[in-house]
Amino acid sequence: MFSGHEPAGFLPLALLDTLVAALMAQGYECQGPAVENGAIVMRELAETDVLPRGLQAEQAPGHYRLTQDPLNRYFAWANGPQAIKPQVFAPKESMWRVERDEAGALQFAAVLPEMPKQAIIGVRACDLAALALQDAHFLRDGRRDAHYAQRREQLFLVAVQCAVPASTCFCASTGDGPTPTTGYDISLAELAEGFVVVASSGKGEAVLSALNLLPATSQQIDAAQQQGQAAAASQTRSLPSRNLLEALMSQLEHPRWDEVAARCLACGNCTAVCPTCFCHAEGDEPSLDGHSSEHGRIWDSCFSESHGHLHGFNVRPDIRSRYRQWLIHKLATWHEQYGRSGCIGCGRCIAWCPVGIDLTEEVSALTASEAQL
Amino acid sequence: MNASLVKLGKPRVAVHKFSSCDGCQLAFLNLGEDLLALAERVELVHFAEAGPLDPDTEVDIAFVEGSVSTPQDLERIQHIRQHSRMLIAIGACATSGGIQALRNNTDGTDWVAQIYAHPEAIASLAHSTPISSHVKVDFELWGCPVSGPQIVAVVNSLLLGVAPHDNVDKVCTECKRRNLTCVMVSHGVACMGPVTRAGCGALCPSLGRDCYGCYGPAENANTDALAAQFGHLGLTPQDIVRRFQSINSQAPVFLAAAEKMRQRDE
Repeated sequence: MFSGHEPAGFLPLALLDTLVAALMAQGYECQGPAVENGAIVMRELAETDVLPRGLQAEQAPGHYRLTQDPLNRYFAWANGPQAIKPQVFAPKESMWRVERDEAGALQFAAVLPEMPKQAIIGVRACDLAALALQDAHFLRDGRRDAHYAQRREQLFLVAVQCAVPASTCFCASTGDGPTPTTGYDISLAELAEGFVVVASSGKGEAVLSALNLLPATSQQIDAAQQQGQAAAASQTRSLPSRNLLEALMSQLEHPRWDEVAARCLACGNCTAVCPTCFCHAEGDEPSLDGHSSEHGRIWDSCFSESHGHLHGFNVRPDIRSRYRQWLIHKLATWHEQYGRSGCIGCGRCIAWCPVGIDLTEEVSALTASEAQL
Repeated sequence: MNASLVKLGKPRVAVHKFSSCDGCQLAFLNLGEDLLALAERVELVHFAEAGPLDPDTEVDIAFVEGSVSTPQDLERIQHIRQHSRMLIAIGACATSGGIQALRNNTDGTDWVAQIYAHPEAIASLAHSTPISSHVKVDFELWGCPVSGPQIVAVVNSLLLGVAPHDNVDKVCTECKRRNLTCVMVSHGVACMGPVTRAGCGALCPSLGRDCYGCYGPAENANTDALAAQFGHLGLTPQDIVRRFQSINSQAPVFLAAAEKMRQRDE
């Protein structure tokens, strides 16, 4: 994108709210960035809402603080604890209900989410890469998840290029950012005077044409490209871009697993904020009158005790085995399942780990002996 | 546990109070319409706070709130156990000794003398202890206080003949499912959520506050790692001891964490 080969419009800074208005006019409920409890979160926007401006997200292992952006930009915050995942893979939802009718027979009925057309403003390249992985999981041929699909179909995605990656970001090394290249409806690159805007879907073009934008100049397009390159070059963390299946599977008894287990709280926060983690648990909530019951699912985590339950024993009773399961699945065996790593370089698991465990550091320690060979 | 209550039809239920603040009994009374539904499915034969009084009767399920804290408590809990098919301890007092168990680490008689005009009129044991220290407990519901949904889930499971679900996960799991921002990461406050049992629905983090551990220890609670992080956040060893020595001070995992920190401080 911003390649000069596609028609790019230019949206002056002062007219950003016309984009939100155009989306609402076309029937979309809009989710956009808001400041809540010291972090950037995605919340429903009312027509009169103004997007937060002039904020950066200072991030480090176990640390997140909003700070002032000296350039007073709208999208200088790299990311927040969540972006798209809760919108498509709900943290808690009902799957089906069963009721006892007057004759005493059980009547089952599917429960599907009612989802309005929804636009999410401010998603990042890493979030789009994560969504593609969630699609691969939930919309597999022959195993299409109706609940996920229902929500997914309603989404309109307004991406933004990351100009100010956090210190925890490493999307350049995983090949997923910082400039969105695919998976969005509209994408923005923020410059001092406004936004270079491109569309990559029919519905994106429909919104764009309603805005009646002047074309972006070649200088503006160049500036957007350079901004993306500079953002990629500024990232200090990285993961090896190759397939780590062999490298990690050969280290199952590495002493590093004990060291990380001593630090890990097994709280599951890394899996909850990870935009590609898809594990869930199912359960039933019978009504107290005994006449109906609801079958639902909730986010689960490979760090929870019940996740490792098999009949009669637990395959992952300790923190060491849980951390190892998470890291090896995410970075190694994911390749066998979905043809790539499950990590898209957003760094959320580093920033939102209460004790600041850094998976890039763990991977370099685990593969260090291999590198020496 | 023996979960064959399903064959009983309408089980007889008692709610008993020991040393406690009554807050867990309120989890029943605050059920609203569910309380009416509950009354249809079970026979509430003893529940002093709600009205029915028959403390000595035989029951299928006895819910016990409070800790064993007085000489009378010692006798009464034995009597209740003998007359109940199933005994369920509810709340921090009944499961770990409660806030009053703070006296276990000190000389409680001093406190009594400071507070009461006639300390000789007070008969209390040196230690406040959980119900399971005295009799067999079939199921424990942790929390200070326990919540209505926890009570409903337990009663429902028993009525359906299945073992109640024991939620041993961390508060963080509920916090993230509510889409709440981690207060420890975004504000640098010493949150007990990563070592504390779920069940409250992440009430304190939902109000921007740090969890103070009122649901007791979760499974695989890595208190060493959390204490180390509290130190990085600027807490002194005494501050850290206090984080673990609160509502559930005598829960073995929290007690051990506090002892370890005290020894390191000396």
